[in-house]
Amino acid sequence: MSSRDRILGRVRRALVDVPPDDAPPPVPERPGRHPRYEREVSRDYLRQHGDRNTEETVDLLAENLADYRAIVHRCDAEELPRLIAHLLGERGSNTVLVPPALEQGWLTAIEVTLVADRPDSTPHELDRVDSVVTGCAVAVAETGTLVLDGSPDQGRRRITLVPDHHICVVRVPGQVVSSVPQALERLDPTRPLTWISGPSATSDIELDRVEGVHGPRTLEVVLVSGE
Amino acid sequence: MSATFVGMPGSPAFPAFPRAAHDAVRDTTLRGNLRHATHTIRAKRAAAVAEMPDWAALRAAGRQIKDHTLRHLDWYLVRVEEAVTAAGGTVHWAADADEANRIVAGLVKATGESEVVKVKSMATQEIGLNEALEAAGIRAYETDLAELIVQLGHDRPSHILVPAIHRNRGEIRDIFRSEMSRWGRPAPEGLTDAPAELAEAARLHLREKFLRAKVGISGANFVVAETGTLVVVESEGNGRMCLTLPETLISVVGIEKIVPTWRDLEVFLQTLPRSSTAERMNPYTSMWTGTTDGDGPETFHLVLLDNGRTDTLADEVGRQALRCIRCSACLNVCPVYERAGGHAYGSVYPGPIGAILSPQLRGTASEIDASLPYASSLCGACYEVCPVAIDIPEVLVHLRERVVEGGPATRAGNKVLLKPAKGHAAERAAMRAARWALTRPGALRGGQRLASRTRRFHPRTLPGPGRAWTGTRDLPPVPAEPFRDWWQRTHGGPGGKDAK
Ligand code: SF4
Repeated sequence: MSSRDRILGRVRRALVDVPPDDAPPPVPERPGRHPRYEREVSRDYLRQHGDRNTEETVDLLAENLADYRAIVHRCDAEELPRLIAHLLGERGSNTVLVPPALEQGWLTAIEVTLVADRPDSTPHELDRVDSVVTGCAVAVAETGTLVLDGSPDQGRRRITLVPDHHICVVRVPGQVVSSVPQALERLDPTRPLTWISGPSATSDIELDRVEGVHGPRTLEVVLVSGE
Repeated sequence: MSATFVGMPGSPAFPAFPRAAHDAVRDTTLRGNLRHATHTIRAKRAAAVAEMPDWAALRAAGRQIKDHTLRHLDWYLVRVEEAVTAAGGTVHWAADADEANRIVAGLVKATGESEVVKVKSMATQEIGLNEALEAAGIRAYETDLAELIVQLGHDRPSHILVPAIHRNRGEIRDIFRSEMSRWGRPAPEGLTDAPAELAEAARLHLREKFLRAKVGISGANFVVAETGTLVVVESEGNGRMCLTLPETLISVVGIEKIVPTWRDLEVFLQTLPRSSTAERMNPYTSMWTGTTDGDGPETFHLVLLDNGRTDTLADEVGRQALRCIRCSACLNVCPVYERAGGHAYGSVYPGPIGAILSPQLRGTASEIDASLPYASSLCGACYEVCPVAIDIPEVLVHLRERVVEGGPATRAGNKVLLKPAKGHAAERAAMRAARWALTRPGALRGGQRLASRTRRFHPRTLPGPGRAWTGTRDLPPVPAEPFRDWWQRTHGGPGGKDAK
């Protein structure tokens, strides 16, 4: 007998107490979406916490990002290239990694070497880059979270991981949701997803929080309006 | 390398709980480290949970989702297999630790590599994967900072979330100074015990491993049956490194980690971070569905692990332990854990969850496993904080009855009739553990759930072989008043000898 059959057989024998009329959801195309499942799980928790208008939601995002030590900037679309140039200049970044379809024009205001996100670039090459600039898929105000989904303006997962400095541009209010449930609704599970809440951190030494272990030690978020 | 200590609990290296706890309590450094850590995180967690007015509803939904999945686990396992396969992954089934280790070692060998980088994972610790890989000539590098500290220190993890919680910064500096060079890049000259410097030393040491790694090994916090998506929740980015830089990714996942739908993640992504690290959200969460062209590993293997889980599932009272999402909140509130430390539980699963999970995954035949259901004061604090509402005291009492009375149980898929432990070493161990907990007034503080429930937990009311207690019992009969009140009245309350 294969281990697969052995384990499934053990599970079935273990569940003899589950009444036969308590049948598993029979619809393979939509597993878990069977009406019985929906009845068994009461989703009377909140879709979001608190009433906020759009502006307040964006403010809460900024507040929660900052609370987890991301550096937050706000500007409008016109100011964006200059702000990015300023942030890169401030750090003395000479090489900047860019995803394949980063908005043309975001990096026009500075003279830097742009490094393309190529599939064959080695991790060591990425490690030599000073900064990375990306967009994002959605941002969650209540938790201060940015979600990247590998779209062409965000690139492969590793480009936002290996360099030490990440500038992430969030379009407000369009890309901002209040809560985790609202974020999941907007995301496509077939894409590789990375949820980022502040820079890399550890609390493994006496539970003292230290920013920056393996991921970028500096996370700068630009909330850009008016696009 | 740290020794595995879940596999052979009967060996002399694994004394029953009271003996191990006795030594731990006398170790003042350990107690100081633990006390500082658990108290810090306890207060922070309470604040993080208080931000959520719908906490009770989220907790109920988490319980219902997990219960539903467990009641239809065969169906969902097959859905996971279909979805992961359709997304480009390969699914393997492992009935026990040996089989899982064989599968993983075989997969690594097939890549031609002899070293792997690992994301912190309870499942791979449970099966002793590092040691099995070493025996197969493969070196496994732990990359979580705490796991690195444990691995370099030839030590064992003592907490689910912060495995090196028993070490303070001075000890960590000493370990880094003396051990890092044997594994790769040495610790920087003049390394101090400042946490930021220690973290930087780990960053440099591990980066060279990440950048050259061809094979990564992980567990998963959740597997979504509907989509075949795996979810790993972490803080440092070492998880992201292991999950995305290597060419091959192997994930070893207990069969209880399944949730039915994508939407179900909305519950656990709200309850897990707040319960475990007391954060609104952990810094990094990775989600992947099979493989993605040009992004991340080209080859993905999922190893579905039983190793006692189906036996646990067969127990109608005990199966709720499989709801556990390993947040570790129950450890941080447990007065017994705080004093005894994680190592006393003789398993990778310490604290209240370990006290109910280990004896179910491994059976109660050994001395340590028979004593674990007694390694508790039944104060109920663990149940109060559990984000999936596992009634740990209920399972503890159930397992005590099994130890003392025997009865039907399932081992390796077979129904067995356990004999009462009467007169057996296991029973003596259990009795000692109970007395150990009961003679520490400090270990009884912290819970509020005793009033209506504890009288039936008292040893005197144990049915049948519970009478065997009479000979060793050194407690007066319990009057009809809450146990805690009674205890404080008769033992001088919080000012008692062990209260600190
Ligand atoms: S038993 Fe509950 S509180 Fe303890 S680790 Fe598991 S989920 Fe968390």
